[in-house]
Amino acid sequence: MKLQVADLNSFYGPAHILFDIALEVGEGEVVALLGRNGAGKSTTFRSIVGLVENRSGRIVFESRDVSREPTHAIVRGGLGYVPEERRIFTDLTVEENLEVGRQPKRPNAPHWTREKLFTLFPNLGEMRNRPGGRMSGGEQQMLTIARTLMGNPSLVLLDEPSEGLSPKIVEQMVDAILAMKNEGVSIVVSEQNLHFARLISDRAYIIERGRICFGGTMAELDARPDIRDAHLSL
Amino acid sequence: MAFYFVQFLTGLASAASLFLVASGLSIIFGVTRIVNFAHGAFYMLGAYVAFTLTERLSGALGFWGGIVVAALIVAVIGVLVEMVLLRRIYHAPELFQLLATFGLTLMVQDIVVMIWGPDDLLGRRAPGFRGAVDFFGQNIPSYDLFLIALSPVVLGVLWLLFQRTRWGVLVRAATQDRDMVAALGVNQKWLFTSVFALGVFLAALGGALQIPRDAVHHALDLRIIVEVFVVVVIGGLGSIIGAFVAAVLVSELNAFGILIFPKISIILVFLVMAVVLIVRPWGLFGKPEAAARRTPGLTVNPWRPLTSGERMMSISALALAATLPLFAGNYALTVGSEIAIFVVFAASLHFLMSVGGLASFGHAAYFGLGAYGVAFLAKAAGLPMMVSLLLGPVLGLLGAAVFGFFAVQLSGVYFAMLTLAFAQIVWSIAFQWVTVTGGDNGILGVWPEKWAASPANFYWLSLGITALVVALLRVIVFSPFGFALRATRDSPLRSEAIGINGKRVQWTAFVISGTVAGIGGALFAYLKGSVFPDSVGISLSVDALVMVLLGGVETVSGAVIGAIVFKAANIWLVSQTDLSKLVLGGFIVLMVVAFPKGIVGTLETIRNRRRSSKAKKSALVTSRIEAAE
Repeated sequence: MKLQVADLNSFYGPAHILFDIALEVGEGEVVALLGRNGAGKSTTFRSIVGLVENRSGRIVFESRDVSREPTHAIVRGGLGYVPEERRIFTDLTVEENLEVGRQPKRPNAPHWTREKLFTLFPNLGEMRNRPGGRMSGGEQQMLTIARTLMGNPSLVLLDEPSEGLSPKIVEQMVDAILAMKNEGVSIVVSEQNLHFARLISDRAYIIERGRICFGGTMAELDARPDIRDAHLSL
Repeated sequence: MAFYFVQFLTGLASAASLFLVASGLSIIFGVTRIVNFAHGAFYMLGAYVAFTLTERLSGALGFWGGIVVAALIVAVIGVLVEMVLLRRIYHAPELFQLLATFGLTLMVQDIVVMIWGPDDLLGRRAPGFRGAVDFFGQNIPSYDLFLIALSPVVLGVLWLLFQRTRWGVLVRAATQDRDMVAALGVNQKWLFTSVFALGVFLAALGGALQIPRDAVHHALDLRIIVEVFVVVVIGGLGSIIGAFVAAVLVSELNAFGILIFPKISIILVFLVMAVVLIVRPWGLFGKPEAAARRTPGLTVNPWRPLTSGERMMSISALALAATLPLFAGNYALTVGSEIAIFVVFAASLHFLMSVGGLASFGHAAYFGLGAYGVAFLAKAAGLPMMVSLLLGPVLGLLGAAVFGFFAVQLSGVYFAMLTLAFAQIVWSIAFQWVTVTGGDNGILGVWPEKWAASPANFYWLSLGITALVVALLRVIVFSPFGFALRATRDSPLRSEAIGINGKRVQWTAFVISGTVAGIGGALFAYLKGSVFPDSVGISLSVDALVMVLLGGVETVSGAVIGAIVFKAANIWLVSQTDLSKLVLGGFIVLMVVAFPKGIVGTLETIRNRRRSSKAKKSALVTSRIEAAE
């Protein structure tokens, strides 16, 4: 088991956001976390990497409980996080953005170099010295993923990677995610778009109002159109 | 011509230290978002430690080594401060950070006097730079030329550090988005500590390099910090280039301002700053600032008018206070009047800060203007007391109208720094324009007329005005204007969207607040019978902040309680110890770290918790809203 989350509860100030979230991700698996806007997908990811301070529960990553560790320690342990808002450093060039993400080589995870990432995302290779603020949305999305991969993670939380991208870029994104999977990176990807999720995922969870209401393989999900229609807008 | 050139070079030489300190402040702010008020204290410590080291160590190596080692020692002190104090308040509102670092400054002032004594110390001349260079009959100290050459070198080194090293890339990334840097596996704690160490090193170096030029004394800290605030406001907080350009600009304005307005040279700097703020509110090289993380005053405990029971209690308390002259002596009555006046002052700041969300660090300006207004009217124009009392605060109103207009263009730390700079300008005028203000000697003999002269009558007068003012401010808080002001405080965008002209509402609040402060100042002038520049000073501004904070910045009535408790404790403390700054500074730091809700805020929390546990509700409902990002 790569990642195991149990009884995760999170709060923003006085508001209770997540209720007893439980998730599991196997070695080399791609798991989709599906749900509508505001269902709690981003909060789940932010809670796992420790960016939501007020949380309780168990988060076991590579058989180590990381729920008490600070964000940077969790990420250094090999759990990469790609935020939904992209949050690239707009004043820094592409290469400098990648430098911020760089971490030492890890024995149990694929090793990424700048050159290797520039072959995975050829666009980035052509704009190495361009400031992040002067890139298109799609290029920025590529850069955030590449930046996280520079940390050589064994598992990546990808928050809505297809959001706001043109169909052509979404295709490239699917290719990139599958390439990451082939390298051996486990992935949790949050999505509103079931079609996109189906192209890349082995299994899926559905989250609604801060609670997990379904977990199973993609085939099992397809066999339950009632659940799909009730919790996902197509 | 040669004279002007030499004057220009003198300006450039002064710019060196200013640039070092300002760049340090900017670097620290860029990453940690803390405006380190204690930066002036580190500058001063650098000068003192360098003085001692260069006295003890001999030779050129001893001197230059002493300068560098002094800066390193102070940087280590800075690291300790960061680890012990700042790490606890990185997520606190800006106001608290400014106050805590100001508390630190106060403590350092007393500690420095304890170690090095109160007298000016004259340091060694720099070996190799003792002479002067002749330029068409004008002398230029060669040490000045060294300083002129130094600042571009430091600028270059900093540039390389930030552009060409991994540390620099991480720092620049953290300047933009700290949490994201952590989410990429970088330990922010040590990044912050190292940045703070560098910033403090630069400040201390700036101080250490001053010893061959200037005497070392224990007021260096406030002098430099005000200039540095002006520099970073002009240059743009967070920009090193901005700090460089603005340091040169301000120093040159000072150098030439002396020639044009010898008495009030600071006016020139002020005018330039005003122009920059109108054209580019975020400074020449700065970036438009994101909204403040959490405005003071914002609370989830909704404010409500007093219930009839509470109103009765307030009136009884007032009636009780009015009986003081029946049993207390003259000294107690004078203290009582002073406390009442400070309730007015604190309430005026509370109105601006808690209701308006604008934390002014220079509120004494308007208090002092009211006091000087009375003094001018009563002494120079010979007007009767009632007329002076009514018209004196008008000077506070005018000051607030002018300065407030510029100040409300900004928010958060920029607002705080700008209000402080304005207050310092008023102070400089009061201090330097001797023919009008009497300078340090003040204006004496502002005594009340016979009917108000007895301590009891003056106490009743003060108490009556105080009650009136506090009640009036409370009415405004719950008036449509008060709602508009609080709406602008809580969400400038949303209030703008429903048609509230936020800047004008805030400006009006600033003027109201300044006028009320002026009323306090006017009474104060009659209480003391005199006016001194102290009534405009930074320490008075900070006293007001502490009073509001002590009472509870999130409450409506906190300022009243805070002022009474603080003033009474302060008067007692000053009579007990010589180290009042050390104690007060320590108290401020402790309060910010351990007791941020203040007296009334804590009482309200306890009451709410009790009420909600009765109602079986989660105690979380009463906790405050965290900045939801």
